Amino acid sequence: MTKIGVFVCWCGSNIAATVDVDAVSEAIKAAPGVVFATNYQYMCSEGGQAAIRSAVAEHGLTGVVVCSCSPRMHEATFRKAAAGAGVNPYMVEIANIREQCSWIHKDKAEATAKAIALARAAVAKLNLDRPLTAPETPVTKRALVIGGGIAGIQTALDVADAGYEVDVVEKSPTIGGKMAMLDKTFPTLDCAACILTPKMVDAAAHEKITLYTYSEVEKVSGFVGNFTVDIKKRARSVSVDRCTGCGVCSEKCPSKRAKSEFDQGLRERSAIYIPFAQAIPNVPVIDRDTCLKFQTGKCGLCEKVCPSHAVDYSQEDEVITKQYGAIVAATGFKPIGLERFDEYAYSRSPDVVTSLEFERLCNAAGPTKGHLVRPSDGKEPKTVVFVQCVGSREASGIGAMKGKPYCSKICCMYTAKHAMLLREKYPDSEAYVFYIDVRTPGKNFDEFYRRAAEEYGVHYIKGMVGKVCDEGNGRLTVRASDLIENRQLLIDADMVVLAAAVEPDPSARALATLLTASMDTNDFFTEAHPKLRPVESPTAGVFLSGMCQGPKDIPDTVAQAGAAAAKVIGLLSKDRLVGNPCVASCDETLCNGCSACERVCPYGAISYETKTVVDRGAKDERRVASVNEALCQGCGACTVTCPSGAMDLRGFTGRQIMAEVDAICR
Amino acid sequence: MPVESAFQPKIAAFCCNWCSYAGADLAGSSRLSYPADVKIIRVPCSCRVNPLFILRAFQRGADGVIICGCHPGDCHYTSGNYFARRRAALLFSMLDYLGVESGRTRVEWVSAAEGQKFAATMNDFAKTVASLGKCRRIGDLRCRTSES
Repeated sequence: MTKIGVFVCWCGSNIAATVDVDAVSEAIKAAPGVVFATNYQYMCSEGGQAAIRSAVAEHGLTGVVVCSCSPRMHEATFRKAAAGAGVNPYMVEIANIREQCSWIHKDKAEATAKAIALARAAVAKLNLDRPLTAPETPVTKRALVIGGGIAGIQTALDVADAGYEVDVVEKSPTIGGKMAMLDKTFPTLDCAACILTPKMVDAAAHEKITLYTYSEVEKVSGFVGNFTVDIKKRARSVSVDRCTGCGVCSEKCPSKRAKSEFDQGLRERSAIYIPFAQAIPNVPVIDRDTCLKFQTGKCGLCEKVCPSHAVDYSQEDEVITKQYGAIVAATGFKPIGLERFDEYAYSRSPDVVTSLEFERLCNAAGPTKGHLVRPSDGKEPKTVVFVQCVGSREASGIGAMKGKPYCSKICCMYTAKHAMLLREKYPDSEAYVFYIDVRTPGKNFDEFYRRAAEEYGVHYIKGMVGKVCDEGNGRLTVRASDLIENRQLLIDADMVVLAAAVEPDPSARALATLLTASMDTNDFFTEAHPKLRPVESPTAGVFLSGMCQGPKDIPDTVAQAGAAAAKVIGLLSKDRLVGNPCVASCDETLCNGCSACERVCPYGAISYETKTVVDRGAKDERRVASVNEALCQGCGACTVTCPSGAMDLRGFTGRQIMAEVDAICR
Repeated sequence: MPVESAFQPKIAAFCCNWCSYAGADLAGSSRLSYPADVKIIRVPCSCRVNPLFILRAFQRGADGVIICGCHPGDCHYTSGNYFARRRAALLFSMLDYLGVESGRTRVEWVSAAEGQKFAATMNDFAKTVASLGKCRRIGDLRCRTSES
C-alpha cells in the first residue's frame, strides 16, 4: 500500500484566494492511502521542496501528490524533489488546482469542492502507480542536416567545428541553396557569392562533414539520439570520384533546351550540366528527362568526350542507411508561383520578372553576365516598377486566398536593394516602388531603405498596383493607385519586378511526415515553443534551421542556424539519454497474438515473438506481442485496440484512469 | 421534484496531454471560466481513451463525457486522434441507441493555442448536458447517490 503525502500549494494568492487550502488538505486526509497532508505557500520553492523531504523522512511516504499548477509547468520539478527525498519520481501525481480550478472559478465553495475532487482523483491514481525506472539509451554522435543552403551549411559547420560528424543531404546537385542565386546582399551590398562560396568550400573540405548532394531522405525511424535514416542518392550518371569538373561534357552536349533552374529559367542549359561555376561538388549531373541518350538511346557524346571516363549511364539510385543522434531540418523556401496573379501579366510578358529573376539578371555570373537588360529584347530598362507584397499579407476571408496571410519579411529590403542597384547601373533610370508598408526592422536596415529613397531617388509610393498590361510594343502599362495623394497613376514601364511571397519548400511537407514533426497552416515547421524554444521541433531530436521555420533574412538565418547547432551539440555531447518509462507493456498471459496492436502503432515499436509463457503454473508456447521500449512513445493506441486487455500503458494504466473516473464521478 | 436549473451535471473531460490539456491550461491562465462540473482527466493522447472508460463514467454517474484531442493532422503521435475519432463515433452512436442521448457525448479538437475554444466548448457542452438532465440510463444502481 502506497503511503501518500498530499501537499497543497497556495501559489501565493493564485490558488489560496479562491480555494480554501486548509479545507483541501483537511478533507484529503480521509482519502485512502493518505497518511499526511499539508499546505504551503509556494510548493515549487526550496521551502516547499524541503517540506516534501521532511514529510518523506518523518512519515515514510512512498508517494506524493502535489495540488498546484499544471503538471506541464512543474511536474518535472516535483519529480526531481521526490527523487531527492528518496521517493520514486514516477510516484508523483499533480492535481491541477490552479489552471483548472482557482483561475477559472470565482465561488470559493465551488472551487474548494472541485479542488478536493481533483486531489482525490490524483490520490486514486497514485494508489495504483508503481515505481518506474527511466530507460537510458546511448546517443549516436552524428548529426544529419537536411538542406544545403546557407542555413544547413552554417549548422553543419558549427556542429562539425565542435567535433561531431555531420552529414548534409541536399536534393539539388549542389549545395548553396537560394543564397547562391543572389547577386548582392542587404544592407551592406557585398556580393552573395563572395560570402557564401567560401563557406561552401569550408563545408566540403571539413573532415567531419559529408555532403550528399542530389540526394533525398527517404525514410526515418528511431527516436532522439538514435535515428536511422535511409538516404536515397539519386543517380548523377557521372562518377564524383573520377570527374575533374572540366566542363567539356556540357559544352559538347547537343541537348541544350532545358531551362536552367539556377538561373530561374532565364537561360537554357545542357542536359549534362553543372548548375553554376562555383557549384560544390563541381561535378555535372545528367538530367535524364532531357538527355538524348536516356530518351532516345542515341548520342552518348559526353561519355566519348570525357577525358577522365567519369560519365556512367548505368549508374542507379542508391539507398544508404545511417544512424544519427540529431536531425536538423533546413529545407528553406521558394518564391510562390504567380499563376494566380495574372493581373501583373507575369505569364504574358517576359519583362515582368520576379525578384529572384531580377537577382540573376543583375548577377555577373547570370544569363546576361550582369548586364541588366529586358529579357524580351535585350534593351536596357529606363523605367522599372517594383511591386511589393505580391501574395504576401493577403487579407483572409475574401473568397479563396490567392496568396499568403503572412509578411514574407525579406521583400522590403531586397526591393530597396534592387532599386538602388538599378539606379547605380543606370543613373538616368526611374525606379518606382509600390508598397503597403515599408518594414525594415533590423540593424542598419532602415538606414538602408532611407538611402534608397533619399540618396538614390527611388520613388516610393504607398499603394497597390491593380493591373499591368503588355502593350505589345515593348511597353508595359502599370495602373496603380497612390493612397497618400489619393489618385490613380498610369506608369509607362520597361520592366516590372514582382516581390513574390516566400513559401516553404514543397519538400518540407513530406519531410515533416517522415520526421513526425508538426507544421503550421502555412507549412512552416512548428517550433517547440514560439519564444523559448525557437529552434527545436516539438519532436525530440529534431531541430529547425532557417526559412523552413518561418520567413527570415540571411543574418537571422545564420543566427538561427548557429542556435540550432548549439542545441544539436548539447544533445550529442551527452553519452546517454534518459527516456520515458511511461511506455506500453504486454501482459503475455492475456495476449492472444492477434497483431491488432502492431497495426496501430505509429512507431513500429511492437513486434511479435513466439516464446514460452507461464500461465497459471502451466508452460505454453505462444505468439505474443513485445514492445520495444526505446521506440514506444507512450501514446496508448495499442492499449485500446487490444481486445484482450493485454496491452497497458505504464503511468496511465487502465485501472488508474478508471480510478480517476470513479473519483471525479463520485 | 428537483428544480432543473439547480441541477449540477457531472462531466468528465478526457484531454490529451499535448494539445487539449495545454489548451485547458491556456484557458486557465487566460482566466476564461467554465463550469466547475467539468473535471479533466489527463491522458497522453486521445487514442488512450478506452471506450470502457466512457462506459465506466456513465455507470458511475457521469452525465456527460467529452474527449478532446489535437486537430486532425496535428496529433503529437501522428495518428492517435484518428483512432479516437473512429472509436468515439462507433461508441457514441451505440450509446445513443442505448438511450444515452448524443448530446451527452462529444469529441472536440482543441489545440494548445485555443484556450478560448476550450472554455467555449466546455461552456456549451455543460449547457447541453445540463439541459438533458440527470443521465439515468446506464448508471449502476449501486453508485446512485441519494439525490439521484
